[in-house]
Amino acid sequence: MNASGKSAAAIELEAAQWIERREFGGWCETDDAELCAWLDQSLSHRVAYDRLDLGWQKAGRMTVLRQGQLRPAEKATAPTARPILPKFAVVAGIAAAAIAGWFELSPPAQVTYATSVGGREIVRLVDGSQIELNTNTAIRIADRRNHREVWLDRGEAYFEVTHDAAHPFIVNAGNVRLTDLGTKFSVRRNGDRLNIAVSEGGVRLETESGPAKDLAPGQVALATPSGISIQREEKTELKNALAWRSGVLIFHHTTLADAAAEFNRYNHRQIEIADPKIARLEIGGTFPTTDVEGFAEVSRDVLHLRVVKDGDTIRISR
Amino acid sequence: MAERTDIHLEGTDSVTETTPTLAEVKAWFGREILPLEASLMQYLEHNWRNTSDIADLRQEIYVQVYQAALQGFPEKPRQYLFTTARNLLIRKVQHERVIPIEAVADLDALNAASDVPSVDRTVMARDELRRLQAALDRLPPRVKEAVTLGKIEGLSRGEIALRMGVSEGAVAQYLVRGIRSLIDVLYGETSTARRPQ
Repeated sequence: MNASGKSAAAIELEAAQWIERREFGGWCETDDAELCAWLDQSLSHRVAYDRLDLGWQKAGRMTVLRQGQLRPAEKATAPTARPILPKFAVVAGIAAAAIAGWFELSPPAQVTYATSVGGREIVRLVDGSQIELNTNTAIRIADRRNHREVWLDRGEAYFEVTHDAAHPFIVNAGNVRLTDLGTKFSVRRNGDRLNIAVSEGGVRLETESGPAKDLAPGQVALATPSGISIQREEKTELKNALAWRSGVLIFHHTTLADAAAEFNRYNHRQIEIADPKIARLEIGGTFPTTDVEGFAEVSRDVLHLRVVKDGDTIRISR
Repeated sequence: MAERTDIHLEGTDSVTETTPTLAEVKAWFGREILPLEASLMQYLEHNWRNTSDIADLRQEIYVQVYQAALQGFPEKPRQYLFTTARNLLIRKVQHERVIPIEAVADLDALNAASDVPSVDRTVMARDELRRLQAALDRLPPRVKEAVTLGKIEGLSRGEIALRMGVSEGAVAQYLVRGIRSLIDVLYGETSTARRPQ
């Protein structure tokens, strides 16, 4: 099949053995020399090796999966340090540094949790419910006699609620009040614009004016001061919108402007799309939320745009 | 862009004055060619009846493209890759004096493969993490465990062997298998999953 007479599969096996040895075994200078000799033997060795080597480097991106896999799964036991919220206290946060702190407002007692830009946090409650906070998010939690109550002050959170009809779980965001009907849902708040997506169970949505609406799985409500619109989203769309929970952004026919805005939520380095024409270009793919560089790379290498870095700003133009 | 029908590529596309270094060619290969692997595999599978030849065909095409790049980077990598593939298939048909009817019939239609819009390529190039995750999940359990400990947790072969309670030789075999499978999926597999393992 080729000059060396070996099949492509045989060469690929040898190439993979070299990479395994280099990466996981002891490696010294003589090994280096041996590898070089093998690479020089035939261009087909070099091609097979480069292909695996480049791919394996890319597989380094998998390290972002680590966070998701090693998420602790503590049992729900009440902490001793916070007697003030006996039934409804937080049992585990991952990185204590990202938690801004907690304070009391009485009555009733409230606890505040916040993440900074790029942060992500899981707040576990003794009743088994958990709240996952996305980047730049702040919530307050209170346990009252007849209900559990959360205020989303800014950002985005994903709620997995242990349903208890006698003790409903209520989320306040802006002028909207959500009551769980046994459920998993996400709420994203941008000023007074709210985006509520139900992935399981149901949620009752109420505003100060107008009748209550029940949202079913797959339904997304967009609430603004001027009204509420409800639409149905594809399952994959809903899943993509929650990809931040694994630390990634998934784009599918997303305009450059929207993609840049997403990145800007997670990073101090801000992307600026200088030209409204290119802002409408569409891209697709999966990026770690912090991979601003990768996004710039795609803009430059695939879309052939101009990328200029200026301090914490990345300007993209034609 | 008028499509060429001749099979001579040599020297026609090179624009670089100085010849690229090995490191430059490797980077170019990773940036321009490997992201096209899924399309190339589809193309080969579609146009070559004997699937057991495909790994060798792909390798031969890569070697030719790599060889050409060492002399100077082709201006249109995608077109260059697919023209090389097409020429190779034609040569094989002529050389072997066997005419797989469907291959010949399709050769004229093949040019279309180089006209796929580049946004398609964006998806291919940047969907890696999702592919990797899917690929990882599909590995046999022991292989997956070894790759996870090695690549994601950063353990050495010896540490993995201790954790898994197997010999270092066994770990090396798991890892080699993992490397090959992951990279096949990363580059070669299209979203409609095939390759049952």
